Amino acid sequence: MKRISKQEYSEMTKRVSPPSKIGQNCLWAFCVGGAICLLGEILRQNFLSMGLTKELAGLAVSTCLIVLSGATTALGWYHQLACRAGAGTLVPITGFANAVVSPAIEFKCEGLVTGVAAKMFIIAGPVIVYGILTSEIYGIVLWIFSKM
Amino acid sequence: MRYRLRKMGNTFEKQVERGRLVDCCKKGDTLFFKNPPSITGSATVGGKKESEGPLKDCFDLLFEDNTLGEPTWEKSESALQRYCIEQLLQKTNTKMADVDYVLAGDLQNQCTASAYTLRGLDVQFLGLYGACSTMAEGLGVASVLAAGGMAKRVIALASSHFCAAERQFRSPLEYGGKRTPTAQWTVTAAGAMMLEPEGNGPFVRAVTFGRIRDFEVTDITNMGAAMAPAAAETILRYFEDSNELPERFDGIYTGDLGQVGSELLLEILKKNGMDLKNHFDCGTMIYDLEAQQVQSGGSGCGCSASVFAGKLLPELKKGKLRRVLVLSTGALMSQTTTLQGESIPGIAHLAELSAVSKEEQQ
Repeated sequence: MKRISKQEYSEMTKRVSPPSKIGQNCLWAFCVGGAICLLGEILRQNFLSMGLTKELAGLAVSTCLIVLSGATTALGWYHQLACRAGAGTLVPITGFANAVVSPAIEFKCEGLVTGVAAKMFIIAGPVIVYGILTSEIYGIVLWIFSKM
Repeated sequence: MRYRLRKMGNTFEKQVERGRLVDCCKKGDTLFFKNPPSITGSATVGGKKESEGPLKDCFDLLFEDNTLGEPTWEKSESALQRYCIEQLLQKTNTKMADVDYVLAGDLQNQCTASAYTLRGLDVQFLGLYGACSTMAEGLGVASVLAAGGMAKRVIALASSHFCAAERQFRSPLEYGGKRTPTAQWTVTAAGAMMLEPEGNGPFVRAVTFGRIRDFEVTDITNMGAAMAPAAAETILRYFEDSNELPERFDGIYTGDLGQVGSELLLEILKKNGMDLKNHFDCGTMIYDLEAQQVQSGGSGCGCSASVFAGKLLPELKKGKLRRVLVLSTGALMSQTTTLQGESIPGIAHLAELSAVSKEEQQ
């Protein structure tokens, strides 16, 4: 075969590979992500009108959305919406719940300990690790500034 | 044509003189069979998405439920293989006891789908791993065994299962991720072929085992790009070794390059002076790419296995096709090497299939 340099091939690949439909993807993400947030807000207003404090209402909303996401994941609906919505279903808290529930379901056949429990955080684990790390760094910075 | 054409010479005679192989000669990378082995039967079974695709009529069995009634996806894939072998034995009116070897492969770690299928069948088993290139690899090795007189009947088998592959290579099935436009959909299917030293065809006239080509593609969602150079290499070597021309074939079928890989293949071949007009890709044939939302096309061992066994071989048998080249293309990475940032090595094996054996044609 005639020599094609790896760089040349990489350019060929880039040219031939169709790009993601950014406009369409953004629109889907905006609408679905927005709808999830709207649902959250409706729930929050409801909880507030039921007499819950702002903090408690926020917690209740998160819990509801997590349960809803877990249930729709288990029913096989969430990923069907997500394959169109992309970041719209990934970014809200429902995406995080889906990332935990989906491996838990998937690896059930490998046992409750080595399957469900061990694999539950294969996707969400890094988010938790770096989320905690970032909050610690933020805390230290805040503490230093408060002493100055 | 810029690719070199060599004369066949008298390799057979030379080998006879030396008292070596008489039924096969190797020229360059290609093995030519003097008495081509015959594919006396083929069978293919598929899953739900395949039953909705344009090739649904090519399958012997289609399952609406991809679990096939099994509790795990790994078992489902083994069941797929088991049904496929059963169909093959039934169609060829053969008993397992009459089969010398089964060469089988799949995409699961340590090739377990095949091993667990063959656990239930008392037959000599050779497990193959060539990723998605397994069908052509099995077909090639089986041809060599049959042509060399080392087996009366050999079965070559390959399978893949979308769900088993997805959980092993990518993410859990229910995980809400978006697929990139270059991604491919692992075919849920198994294909099997029965090879015998003699028969009524179709015949395996030549086999080219591939060489690994790695053009440093690291994107696991663009496997067509990773495999295209290997396919081009094998095709060019076959034509150089055989003194043939692409237009003498009814079709040159690649396994699972998909849309992206196919475009790249044609471009590489063009750069090498070959303008391929009769190229088809099983990955783009098995699904309706737009309607079934499979992005660049189908992939997996089952992709080329089912199209070869379900469509091409019956068409060769009926005389609808006269002579074709079939290639299965494989991406030989694992999830570990991908995470470690390694690029994807590609491989492609080729077989020349013909409705008639060489002697009859002359």
